Amino acid sequence: MIATEILFWFLSALALFSALMVLVSKNPVHSVLWLIVVFFAISGHYILLNAQFLAIVNLIVYAGAIMVLFLFVIMLMNLNNETEPQRNSMIKLAGVVAGCLLLTVMVSAVRSAGEINNSTATMSEGNIGLIENLGKVLFTEYVVPFEISSVLFLSAMVGAVVIGKKE
Amino acid sequence: MPIQYYIILAAALFCIGVVGVLIRRNAIIVFMCIELMLNSVNLMLVAFSKMHYALGNATNKGEPINIGTDAQLFVFFIMVVAAAEVSVGLAIIVMMYRNVHSTDVNFLNRLKN
Repeated sequence: MIATEILFWFLSALALFSALMVLVSKNPVHSVLWLIVVFFAISGHYILLNAQFLAIVNLIVYAGAIMVLFLFVIMLMNLNNETEPQRNSMIKLAGVVAGCLLLTVMVSAVRSAGEINNSTATMSEGNIGLIENLGKVLFTEYVVPFEISSVLFLSAMVGAVVIGKKE
Repeated sequence: MPIQYYIILAAALFCIGVVGVLIRRNAIIVFMCIELMLNSVNLMLVAFSKMHYALGNATNKGEPINIGTDAQLFVFFIMVVAAAEVSVGLAIIVMMYRNVHSTDVNFLNRLKN
């Protein structure tokens, strides 16, 4: 077994375990910390796929900015275990069963798809994930969506300030 | 790695997110599970872009070509939209907490009556 395969299985197990811990943690702060672990594992997957730009952006935007925002909001509200609302166990059981059924449908659909039988995602070769190639395409073909996203950010900022301010 | 492994991993992460949305009542946890679902889809898009790159280079035997960059740029735009969504969504949750002093999503069914 070569090193990339070991890393693949390790990162997959880490991502799935941390995602489960996000669900079962009673304390919202612990959920945020486990979600940061999930994002680090997914960034590791991006590095294995040689998508270095997306790996760094994922770390900066998700694990850096968004999760800090979540932490600030949770600490602002002073949530803890006692105030954590609980659904009754029947609804929990129904949710888990529904999720497992969805996973079963997806897995069986993937296993019966013949077109992708011999396809592999190339790891550690190909330089399409480097910032040079992505930047060239981004600023030639996708320059209009890029500029529109700046307007989206501006409207999101104004919206957040308007919603969040005390009237 | 075979593409099926990536698809099944992303599907498992997505289903964990779905289960989280269904069984938790804290609005912040529900929101974090939505982020988890977005990330699983991002992972699948990157894996498919590398698969597309390998298939394209197998068919033309010349110099390597740069197909598959589109999917990675879509992932970039998904991250942009997710960042904007989180800022507005957390502002809504803070406003809800200020009004009802709870982040329980069941408090929001008061519009029903």
